[in-house]
Amino acid sequence: MSETRQDAEVNLFSAPAEALGRRDFLKWLGPGLYVFFSTEEGLLLGQEARGGGRGYPEDFNAYLRIAEDGQVTCYTGKVELGQGIIASLAQMLAEELPVPFEAIRMVFGDTRLCPWDGGTNGSRSIKYFGPALRAAGAEAREVLRQLAAETLKAAPEKVQLEKGTASVSGDPQKKIGFGLLTRGKTIERHLPKKPPLKPAGAFQVCGRSLPRRDLEEKATGAARFAGDVRLPGMLYGRVLRPPAHGARLKNLDTSRVSEVPGALLVREGDFVGVVHPKPDLADKAMERIRAEFDLPELRWDAQSIHEHLLAAGPRENVLESRGDLARGQALAVEHFDEIYRTPYVAHAPMETHTALAQVGPEEATLWIGTQRPFGAQEEIARLLNLPADKVHVITPYVGGGFGGKSSIGQAIQAARLSRAVGKPVQVAWTREEEFYYDTFMPAAVVRIRSGLDRDRRIVYWNYEVFYAGDRSSQNFYNVPHLRTAARGGWSGGGSGPHPFGTGAWRGPGSNTNIFARESHIDTMAARAGMDPLEFRLRNLTDPRMIRVLRAAADRFGWKPARTPSRRGHGVVCLDYLGTYVAAMAEIEMPSGGGPIRVRRVVHAQDMGPVINPEGARMQIEGGIIMGLGYCLTEEIRFQGGRIDDLSFSRYEIPRFSWTPKIETVLVDNPEIPPSGGGEPPNVGMGGLIGNALFDAAGVRLTRFPFTAARIREKLA
Amino acid sequence: MSGEMTIAFKLNRRSVKIKADGERMLLWVLRDDLGLTGTKYGCGESQCGACTVVINGEAVRSCRVPLKSVAGKEVLTIEGLARGKALHPLQKALIRHGAIQCGFCTPGMILNAYSLLNRKPVPGPAEIREGMEGNLCRCGCYGRILEAIASAAEEMKTGRTR
Repeated sequence: MSETRQDAEVNLFSAPAEALGRRDFLKWLGPGLYVFFSTEEGLLLGQEARGGGRGYPEDFNAYLRIAEDGQVTCYTGKVELGQGIIASLAQMLAEELPVPFEAIRMVFGDTRLCPWDGGTNGSRSIKYFGPALRAAGAEAREVLRQLAAETLKAAPEKVQLEKGTASVSGDPQKKIGFGLLTRGKTIERHLPKKPPLKPAGAFQVCGRSLPRRDLEEKATGAARFAGDVRLPGMLYGRVLRPPAHGARLKNLDTSRVSEVPGALLVREGDFVGVVHPKPDLADKAMERIRAEFDLPELRWDAQSIHEHLLAAGPRENVLESRGDLARGQALAVEHFDEIYRTPYVAHAPMETHTALAQVGPEEATLWIGTQRPFGAQEEIARLLNLPADKVHVITPYVGGGFGGKSSIGQAIQAARLSRAVGKPVQVAWTREEEFYYDTFMPAAVVRIRSGLDRDRRIVYWNYEVFYAGDRSSQNFYNVPHLRTAARGGWSGGGSGPHPFGTGAWRGPGSNTNIFARESHIDTMAARAGMDPLEFRLRNLTDPRMIRVLRAAADRFGWKPARTPSRRGHGVVCLDYLGTYVAAMAEIEMPSGGGPIRVRRVVHAQDMGPVINPEGARMQIEGGIIMGLGYCLTEEIRFQGGRIDDLSFSRYEIPRFSWTPKIETVLVDNPEIPPSGGGEPPNVGMGGLIGNALFDAAGVRLTRFPFTAARIREKLA
Repeated sequence: MSGEMTIAFKLNRRSVKIKADGERMLLWVLRDDLGLTGTKYGCGESQCGACTVVINGEAVRSCRVPLKSVAGKEVLTIEGLARGKALHPLQKALIRHGAIQCGFCTPGMILNAYSLLNRKPVPGPAEIREGMEGNLCRCGCYGRILEAIASAAEEMKTGRTR
């Protein structure tokens, strides 16, 4: 399965089903798609680096341009969602191409200017795009050296490159700025042999907390998001939303739309929209439409969905298998069999999905708040029946994504409306629409059967995950007899077992898999009568994991105790696509049961060399806060395709008062290449807080969120 | 539509007059008619704080403020907070503390904090927390925003006593 295929799978279900007919679905899918498989890491590495169908370009000019005045523009198909690559990618470029960090301007997610990219997701910007960018910088540097040598009439090895200037050693009069060497043009020369990248030990620009240039714009209101783009003559659009996914339009009365002067109705079959020069008046016009829908049978709700998922029985994908489970069972003296369930969780970015589309007969330009500008380009091109290169997608700052802005349903709506009225149309989803059309973290089920031998070592481990996918499901503990299998992936949608769209949610699958595994490990530790940290260390040999656990324990001041110790201390450790994390937490639970208050979180993370430590800390703190949401309150309630939580008053996300004391430890590790840091912080939160809850109250909750009601029910 | 009227008020220390339906919400008039896009739509029902502006010194949710109600009042939006190139201490503090990620909630956060410091120039940590509770940030910058506000309050106090 190729990377682009995987993207097709995502956007397929991300587009609001109502906006597309079934034929469109099939067309988009193409033949032969499917299922999200193991060895993801290897696949991604290969494809993002070399290109599976489409990959990163070889020509370094695709990544950078040096203007005559020495200003360097760095082009990336990644987008700035708040994660701070505006600084860290510029640092990676400046590391190889010796120009001042301040001279680099970043251009994100513009399909006309930037090299192709599969999307900003999976904590992959540093890990996979970083090396491509650095390679471009390194080659440009050596070409500049040659050009300088020729211009300055010196031997190349005598040419020194520093701060955007080439000079000749021993002859200070001879120097020239990079801008004068390139004159702002594409550099035609290339090297037959690519120069090596700097080893981490030699980093001078990376590893420093250099400032993010976007913060000032964001603090003054000058930063432009998709909804802030204005074009002459543009209109604002709204599209009729059915009461439930899968509902079909039965009767429509649009006669009152004309009560709002200036409103224009658009109708293409079941696609019904209005446009107006004022956004709020477009709302008013939409409110005047009366529509009746035929509802499908609303089966499954938040309580019954897991049985449905188990019954759907998707094909099994065995991810790892060793030893012999039967033999392991024979060796075990303690047996465990637990089922873990996780709910649908919303992304709820502060900026709702927003896009502005200007569609003409021959070409289209769209400003989209998206995590996948190139995926959006292809989707929109298909929708409009235009060649992809006639669709220009521009990505302004994105107001949070977390995986949810991989879907571009709002851009499809905007493009359809713009095509219909022949003017630019902006669609900004209401908060209600944002919840309704969201591609949720999928509800999922994990079953783990395991056993301990007399030495309190894990002797067998039989792991099955349904619908969360394989990410972070593999076991890094020492287990001789083991089997891990995934059924169904984290994408979904109306045609899958889910009653609505699902998709990537900040570490897709991992939040579920790690919650299940680390809860289970804790349960085993408790039955073994061991401190949960000691139990983990006893069953681990991976030195990186042991080191990151020790780093967390040192900072936390972990004192061994059997659980439940009533102190409310929890521990978790994990491997997220090669980034290692250990975290510890202290929670407080009022007597009689919740709501839990999380007092302190210590988070140790080993992601290899850290490009921008302050930026990494910001991501870690944010991930911990976001993760607290699904630990404590977040869970979408629904009846079939009808989403019942459509506002922040019903769907509670973390607030100021939740904020624990957070301490981060960035574990120094120059041995591996720089790895991802944005998702590892939140994916362990379910296990961490669940384990702390068990330690506090002796109550093991096998599904999140850990609401006061669930805790009280268990205590009763 | 009804209620087309001329409404005069002060916007970022300048007098403005606008002819519009007075029932329209201030948020949309600011963002569209007046081109001040720093004020954000987050929910449209006073639940998130992204659209916070300051009216006569008090933080309000502009998504729920009818235009006609601001007649004769002083409205401050994020665009009016800095004086020329000189950023307000709150803006500087949020930048300095790395209390901004995606930045979408930031204008509302800053203006809510501005109004908080108007009421209570040197708030304690619990007062800041409580005063900010109604503003949501999905990126989870809460801890840093709290620190930034405390630090800005300190800076403003020093500035005043000088």
